[in-house]
Amino acid sequence: MSIKERQEELIEEFGMFDDWMDKYEYLISLGKELPLIEEDKKVEQNIIKGCQSRVWLDAQLKEGKVRFTADSDAIITKGIISLMIRVLDDSSPDEIVDKELYFIDKIGLKEHLSPTRSNGLVSMVKQMKMYALAFQTQLNNG
Amino acid sequence: MQVDTTHSFKVEEVRKDFPILHREVNGSPLVYLDNGATAQKPQTVIDSLVRYYAHDNANIHRGVHTLSQEATSAYEEVRIAMKSFLNAAHSEEIIFTKGTTDGINLVASAYGRANLQPGDEVLITAMEHHSNIVPWQMICEAQGAKLKVAPINDQGELILDELYKLITEKTKVVALVHISNTLGTINPVKEIIARSHEMGAVVLVDGAQAAPHMKVDVSALDVDFYVFGMHKVFGPTGVGVLYGKKELLESMPPYQGGGDMIKTVTFEKTTYNELPHKLEAGTPNIADGIATQAALTYLQQFSWDEIHQHEMELLHYATDRLREIEGLKIIGEAKHKASVISFVIDGVHAYDLGVLMDKMGVAVRTGHHCTQPLMARFGISGTVRASFAFYNTKEEIDLLIKAVKRARNMLS
Repeated sequence: MSIKERQEELIEEFGMFDDWMDKYEYLISLGKELPLIEEDKKVEQNIIKGCQSRVWLDAQLKEGKVRFTADSDAIITKGIISLMIRVLDDSSPDEIVDKELYFIDKIGLKEHLSPTRSNGLVSMVKQMKMYALAFQTQLNNG
Repeated sequence: MQVDTTHSFKVEEVRKDFPILHREVNGSPLVYLDNGATAQKPQTVIDSLVRYYAHDNANIHRGVHTLSQEATSAYEEVRIAMKSFLNAAHSEEIIFTKGTTDGINLVASAYGRANLQPGDEVLITAMEHHSNIVPWQMICEAQGAKLKVAPINDQGELILDELYKLITEKTKVVALVHISNTLGTINPVKEIIARSHEMGAVVLVDGAQAAPHMKVDVSALDVDFYVFGMHKVFGPTGVGVLYGKKELLESMPPYQGGGDMIKTVTFEKTTYNELPHKLEAGTPNIADGIATQAALTYLQQFSWDEIHQHEMELLHYATDRLREIEGLKIIGEAKHKASVISFVIDGVHAYDLGVLMDKMGVAVRTGHHCTQPLMARFGISGTVRASFAFYNTKEEIDLLIKAVKRARNMLS
């Protein structure tokens, strides 16, 4: 599935929720289910510091695809991370670098990506693209 | 609505003066409990700002034309009103700043540059806001002075014996918070000021959280510098007050150079203006400065006693109700406390609580409250903080409790 298709799928999924409670309960459950980043990856260099919550992000290139793992100390942040990973994980660096993430806005969670929230998510999205860019360069040079 | 009949303070009447308190947030009536961050404004303050721009706008201290003279008088009248508000001896002891942070930076930079030498010490406390830590770190580094930190106990109170041991003949400045923004602790500043003076140190008190809650009498405190921002005192943003004893302000070099602060300028030498203008370079925040008058006038209709009584009722009611919640721990249990409650809940991140409470219309602050060293002292990364103003009600506290319980259930 392409990144665009995955975003459309999420928008459809979130369209089913009637109110904020259902939406946040789903996010919280996603946050709880998110496979945690391996402990040895939870190091200072992988940490993205927000003022409110912290995010750890790791990326590996496996068979031409970028594999992301991430974690946060706040569960709602984790739920949103889980959505990001669902959209971007297991895609080629080329795809990730170019794609615009519009689904967050469409599913009514844009406020979480506002820099004023300082929950680390804005920096996480940037960091995910930076990893993809680095892997792209690596593949092109290799 | 249960009205307390023991005093004349009618909270429902007071609420009518604050238009924002009647709006909705995310489909629920706003419950504004983030007064420690900034307070809401009465209609008279809002009207004053509009009237100034519509009718009175002119630059001050420089024009011969009528508008400029009117604006200058209005602005200088605020200084006189502020002198009474703080019971200062002279109106030139009132320096207008951008806010608390600006005031502390002014003193740290100008007083510190002139008075701190290698080997000297500046004493702060473990409960300071970053704005009363970083400016002192910067000036200490520049001057080769040392920054010392007085410890607190588990209730969030200063350990006075330890603090007094740290005030020595090397101590040139003691800078401490009057009321902790995170814990609500009210510090015994009068006693600390007296002890500091005995040792020859000057004292700066960060009154950001005190000015909205209590009578600040700088003469009775005998404080050397007292700083706060008007936006927490139901006034406009961008106006702060630095009170300083005249002889200290006079001995200080200017903080910033520019217009308004000079007497004569040649390329060889500039002579400086007198107080207070020496320390107020450039065009000030005239509109907000003038609207400050409206905030002070508004507050005059209340006595600090009735405000205190109402806020203590809110504090005790909220404390009791929050304690009902399983796994909830209040951070900051000082004997003398203002209407500020910080808390954490086992296994629940403050950010998650804050996000869900906002969805229910309840505005609280989450995070480290710009007091990271204090968070480290308690071994936590952040708290949820509810801070009450005199316009808050017990009904709002019921909504707070409901929101906390509901959020916790969703998260656990």
